[in-house]
Amino acid sequence: MAALNLSVVESKAARMRLDIVEMIAEAGSGHPGGSLSAADIVATLYFGGVLRHDPTNPKWAERDYFVLSKGHAAPVLYAALAEAGYFGRDHLKTLRKLGSILQGHPDSKKTPGVEVSTGSLGQGLSVANGIALGLRLDKSAARVYCLVGDGELQEGQVWEAAMFAAHHCLDNLTAIVDYNGLQIDGACKDVIDLGEVEEKFRAFGWRVIEADGHDPVELHASFGQAAETEGVPTVLVCRTVKGKGVSFMENVADWHGKATNAEETTKALGELALAVAKGESAQ
Amino acid sequence: MSDRATREAFGETLTELVDEGHDVVAVDADLSKSTTTAKFAAAHPDRFFNVGIAEQNMIDTAAGLAVSGKIAFTGSFAVFATGRAYDQVRNTVCYSKLDVKLAPTHSGVTVGPDGGSHQMLEDIALMRVLPGMRVLVPADYHAAKGAIRVAATTPGPFYIRLGRACVPQVYEKGFEFEIGKANVVREGSDVTLAACGLMVSQALEAARILDGEGVSAEVVDVATIKPLDAEKISASASKTGAVVACEEHSIIGGLGSAVAEVLGEMSPVPLRRIGVRDAFGTSGAPSELLTYFGLTVEDIAGAARDAIAAKAR
Repeated sequence: MAALNLSVVESKAARMRLDIVEMIAEAGSGHPGGSLSAADIVATLYFGGVLRHDPTNPKWAERDYFVLSKGHAAPVLYAALAEAGYFGRDHLKTLRKLGSILQGHPDSKKTPGVEVSTGSLGQGLSVANGIALGLRLDKSAARVYCLVGDGELQEGQVWEAAMFAAHHCLDNLTAIVDYNGLQIDGACKDVIDLGEVEEKFRAFGWRVIEADGHDPVELHASFGQAAETEGVPTVLVCRTVKGKGVSFMENVADWHGKATNAEETTKALGELALAVAKGESAQ
Repeated sequence: MSDRATREAFGETLTELVDEGHDVVAVDADLSKSTTTAKFAAAHPDRFFNVGIAEQNMIDTAAGLAVSGKIAFTGSFAVFATGRAYDQVRNTVCYSKLDVKLAPTHSGVTVGPDGGSHQMLEDIALMRVLPGMRVLVPADYHAAKGAIRVAATTPGPFYIRLGRACVPQVYEKGFEFEIGKANVVREGSDVTLAACGLMVSQALEAARILDGEGVSAEVVDVATIKPLDAEKISASASKTGAVVACEEHSIIGGLGSAVAEVLGEMSPVPLRRIGVRDAFGTSGAPSELLTYFGLTVEDIAGAARDAIAAKAR
């Protein structure tokens, strides 16, 4: 795994957050909360030397795969893909509009760099398992990364997949839980308590690494440990803040799935622009 | 004429495909002995994956294998593969046009004693409505082999409906299944019997009975429900002037509905539908159930007489 350039990841993450809020505001709908909570994780994957990928050749045979199982966080993926150069940045303002390559939820047939269509929750980990099996059959050294939401863990199929991955010793698979603690109807613990997430994965036979989902250094080190793990799949359980980076969105469940109005957009973009400027001056 | 079940073609054809160099894999859900994927697993253990009793995981694991470049077949029973895992088939397999080929067994009432929970009568309807899904219903063992082969070598999602019960031979060994082609297996001029699956051999038998009464029945094997061979069905209907659709499936949404859509738009003629009439299955011997649900040779012949009589009205 390539070395981490912290200032690059921080700068990209700041830019992605700005893009996320801006594209959702332009679309008039979308899911900012869970996109912002996952921004540092996705930035570390794409710009921190974790994912081996080639934006000029999205189907490069030796690439690693990223599956965004929590498909409603499509804006964070689109922001990363645009930043990486899979498609022009001008597409971001077409999000959710008729004819756009950027659908409301990821569509592998329409967007370069999107490996799997997601949106119906609970399915991504099973698909990631299948990719991992296929890579192993082909004796490929490539890895599979799958980002799931914490609320998504309420879907039973996630645990079918968790059982399967451990049974088949899929050590070329790394799952990441974006553990922001909130879902549409409120706090996960109030809707349906997830219980001990780390213990559940351990009981299913996984290696569990706990990480701060907003610390690229810790994330990068954790991805490195996962890549070196043999014989079992690894999950990074990442504590995150829903709406991270926008003061009035942080830890507010209501920002799961709505766009900002004009006033809110100005305020949010102002805060995020400061972070972008800070990131640029650090480079 | 040897009677064999269409499911018998499954595991052995997959084995042949890999032996011939096709990048085929199979995923099943703890039913590999019943579906016959166990035969494939024995021949190519590295290419077979058992997910346990987890059909949703089965479909999406196959989807992931397809994303990685494999031609992924799935097993299980028709009721679970299409019903329990419908969202996985819709949102992951069909939405992305992945190379996942569903070939579940145990469709229809001829599952027998297991009863209504296990006799899938809505699968053609569920699969037919999915954009891009091809729906094949082989009439016998040789057609099943051909259907599996053509699905493996044609990109995109497929649904191949296989059965548990032995069915009479209709086609010769080596039968080449053509997607979207209905086969006229007996020519006639007074009535068209459009059938699929095991009802093709039932329709052929009904045609022989009708022949004894001086009625000339044409039997069309609608082996592909989607894309439907509308031209051939319409042409046969125009020639004979009356149609009986015959399926081991609900009369709602399956072959009968598909034929009605074609006739309604292209060549309206009297139509009668043989199928299960908005009901769940029930326990019993396969032959008893065919009688109980009105799917016998005599039922088809009766419907044909009725459809012919309706021509004059």
